[in-house]
Amino acid sequence: MSRPSGELKFVSAKRRVREDRRFVAGRGRYVADIALDNMLHVAVVPSRYPAARIVSIDASAALAMPGVAYVLTGDRLANAVDPLLNGLDTPNVKRYPLAVGQARYVGEWVAAVVADTRALAEDACEKVVVEYEPLPFVIDTEQALDPSSPPVHPEHGSNVLLDKTFVWGEVERDFAESPRQLTFRVVWGRSSTVPIETFGVAAKWDPWGEILDVWASIQMPKYPDQIARALRIPANSVRVHHDVDVGGSYGVKRGIKQTVLTAHLARTLDRPVRLIEDRLDNMRAGDAHGPERIFDVEVAFNDEGIVRSVKMRALDNVGAYAGRSPFQLGKPIGAIVGPYQIKSVQYRAQAVTSNKAAQEAVRGFGQAPTNYAIETAIDKVARAVGLDRIEVRRRNFIRKEQFPYLIPSGTQYDSGDYHTVLAKVLAHADYDGLKREQAELRARGLLAGIGIAACLEPSGGNSSFEPLLNEKNTTTTWMDSCRIHVDALGFVTVTIHTTSSGQGHETLAATVVGEVLEVDPDHIRVVRPDSLASLPSNSPVGSRMAIMLGGACFHAAHKLKDKLVRIGAKQLGRPENEVAYARGAVTAGGATLSWTDLITIAHRNFHLLPEGMEPGLETMHVEQVPTGSKLPENGRVQMYPCHSFEFHLILIAVDPLTGKPEIPRYVIGHDCGTVINPHIVRGMTLGGIAHGIGAALLEEFVYDGEGQMLTQSFMDYLLPSAHEVPKVEIVHHCTPSPFTVLGQKGSGESGYLGSPAAISGAINDAVAPLGISFSKLPIRIAEISDAIAGAAVSRAEEQR
Amino acid sequence: MKVALNINGETRTADLEPRKTLLDALREDFGLVGTRAGCEHGVCGACSVLIDGAPARACLLFAVQADGYVITTIEGVAPAPGELNVVQDAFCETHGLQCGYCTPGMILTAHALLARNPHPTRHDIVQAISGNLCRCTGYGQIVEAIERAAERLRVVNAQEAAGHANEEERG
Repeated sequence: MSRPSGELKFVSAKRRVREDRRFVAGRGRYVADIALDNMLHVAVVPSRYPAARIVSIDASAALAMPGVAYVLTGDRLANAVDPLLNGLDTPNVKRYPLAVGQARYVGEWVAAVVADTRALAEDACEKVVVEYEPLPFVIDTEQALDPSSPPVHPEHGSNVLLDKTFVWGEVERDFAESPRQLTFRVVWGRSSTVPIETFGVAAKWDPWGEILDVWASIQMPKYPDQIARALRIPANSVRVHHDVDVGGSYGVKRGIKQTVLTAHLARTLDRPVRLIEDRLDNMRAGDAHGPERIFDVEVAFNDEGIVRSVKMRALDNVGAYAGRSPFQLGKPIGAIVGPYQIKSVQYRAQAVTSNKAAQEAVRGFGQAPTNYAIETAIDKVARAVGLDRIEVRRRNFIRKEQFPYLIPSGTQYDSGDYHTVLAKVLAHADYDGLKREQAELRARGLLAGIGIAACLEPSGGNSSFEPLLNEKNTTTTWMDSCRIHVDALGFVTVTIHTTSSGQGHETLAATVVGEVLEVDPDHIRVVRPDSLASLPSNSPVGSRMAIMLGGACFHAAHKLKDKLVRIGAKQLGRPENEVAYARGAVTAGGATLSWTDLITIAHRNFHLLPEGMEPGLETMHVEQVPTGSKLPENGRVQMYPCHSFEFHLILIAVDPLTGKPEIPRYVIGHDCGTVINPHIVRGMTLGGIAHGIGAALLEEFVYDGEGQMLTQSFMDYLLPSAHEVPKVEIVHHCTPSPFTVLGQKGSGESGYLGSPAAISGAINDAVAPLGISFSKLPIRIAEISDAIAGAAVSRAEEQR
Repeated sequence: MKVALNINGETRTADLEPRKTLLDALREDFGLVGTRAGCEHGVCGACSVLIDGAPARACLLFAVQADGYVITTIEGVAPAPGELNVVQDAFCETHGLQCGYCTPGMILTAHALLARNPHPTRHDIVQAISGNLCRCTGYGQIVEAIERAAERLRVVNAQEAAGHANEEERG
């Protein structure tokens, strides 16, 4: 089953994305469109305090309202369900869908009200009287780390969930032998992906069939298993419907607490129940915030700007509860040196709880913040040695001939050609011209800076960070699957076994199967069976579907082709290796059997089938992660199999009066190996850059000193609009991965992984002449203008 | 409260609570779920519909306020079942969407723009869609879709105009 030898016909062709047709007609089917007969609706009562003991909950007035069916409290729920899954081995950090005994952040769901309509449920929420006893709380990350701070989970004893130090290579020796060192701190603010569709779930329990049907806006690995465990029901009593379109996720749609709550209510009330978060529910208590991370970095390098070793401490504020979120400190270990030949690394990963909303997986799973820290280090090294930032990157890049390249933390990078991508970007952008443009902008009185970021997108992983950070976890696979069925009339149907949130998986599957079978992908139907009829999938996380679903489709299609060849060989009386397959027909010795002939034999002529072959025409394949089969050893592990590369080169102009940044030029070089659908990859990159612009300049979940969240609407948590996102020029390069069936790598996180670093670098370059700098994201307009004004005041004082 | 609303060229009646938004009424009472709830406070534009041809936030209007206006939702755009109009087709051609959630609002906003401005510049397009947030695409392929739709509409309209002129001459 080798790669297709000839020209690719459908893969990499600019073909339309099949999903788009239903969406442009408004015919997407989202969870809020699922209306079940006799359905009830949920609204939630939020905590007003960042930490408080729940003394009592009086729901009598709410229950007396017409149309109100039920009010559920945390205590009652905790008797009926088990705690939600913990990623780390922290059994005393228990998390339930509703606060149990104690509320741990503002907005946390304290009670759930169920009524005939959402509006009635919201009305009734206001009648639920909760008596609280406020408790000490902690919001700040470093204070949370302090042993004297109030623990968010007293049973756990402290706020430290994770504190693990890895040393890969001769770090101390490399530091001692390096002539130059620098240290710095950068901070990644708490933002998230904030999809336009909030999270939603509908559940229906059938007590006679003992089956729970779930429709959800979900992107969660092992979702049915987690539901079953929490509800204490058999896993084959949970049927998740995968034919629900998800209105954006980019990592965060993990709504397990929402699902367990809703499913429990459906079972309790014996009626279908739906919970659709409103924007406020979603922003403050959807448990979908992203990393909030302090990096303290030390770099050892020489006068030529060659970086030899790095010490990085990453301290993350995960909020009040932790599901998988602390693992976001683990995934970046697989690309901890970025695209550079750094010989040794010390990495300390710390996760603390605080009285903020819980964190969830965000696009890149911690990689974008880490890339921001690495790229800041490279910029600072360049400044220290007085070299161009691009030249320093060039000197440190891993070279093409060094691949596969083993980094100190145990991951082998598959392939890349960083120098060529860089050269192509510089040529396309006209780097010298860009510098002239910068000078012209400065001459016009604007602040202007060039930003550079080079980074990797690890893709297709097997979740190795789980066993690396939790020794009780023995995960070494993160498979995905495909089944192909050819019906008796010869039509091809392909199954995929997860929901999608805009990534075009139906197009991906049809394209790959069509390529192998040499059948027009437009004639292939792609369906999504429910979870009970599905093969294993781990959902579209970790930039994995091109690699994993693509691999599964490729192998399943080859198995199908092999079957057709065997059938043909028998009829034609020739050995299989003399039979050629082309466009659905098999040929040997001048004789041909058509697709229809072969299908008829498979479906109707058992007497003609090769011995041992089952009738019908169906194949399946469960794809194992390429390179992923070993548990960690000595703190080292192969994290992800494939590593896409991106190189950002941008020009930013800042108005010194308002502080408003504009991005007149944005060029990105992108290499994700073989592209399966160019429209999809392009969209991912452009969307990722826009998302990165938000993280770098606009978006933050801000809490005040009282633990109240200040940015809980789109009026104050600002998403980039078409005004803020510039026209982006993409320079393509293709270095196929040797580890995947078509040479493909991941691209679902592209753009986002480097744009915050590039924007930070550009703004710092712009304001460097004023002697100021920014070391925390987002860098908001007001902060820029304040800093510029402050610098002007300082200069005036100096001159006096 | 009884209302009779002109939606996609049909008169639709319902008995609604006065506090019900047009968004909820379209989705729950008229079965037109192509209009989406995003922020429900008038920022994101996912719920955009056309009111007398101009984009409006269905989440900020009570349904009863919409009485007397011509309302167009995404369901009223396609010329026939399974057949895309020019704007929809252009969005498919450039892949001006991913998850599809903001797409109905985007397409209706594009319609309104192209109806009043057949020659939009890039700036005009950015301005027009700046009230519709898309989290997936970064807007690039959306702008391209609208540019392409504008081109096509100009060609189609020019042909139709020529056709009319010919008919008039023959007449």
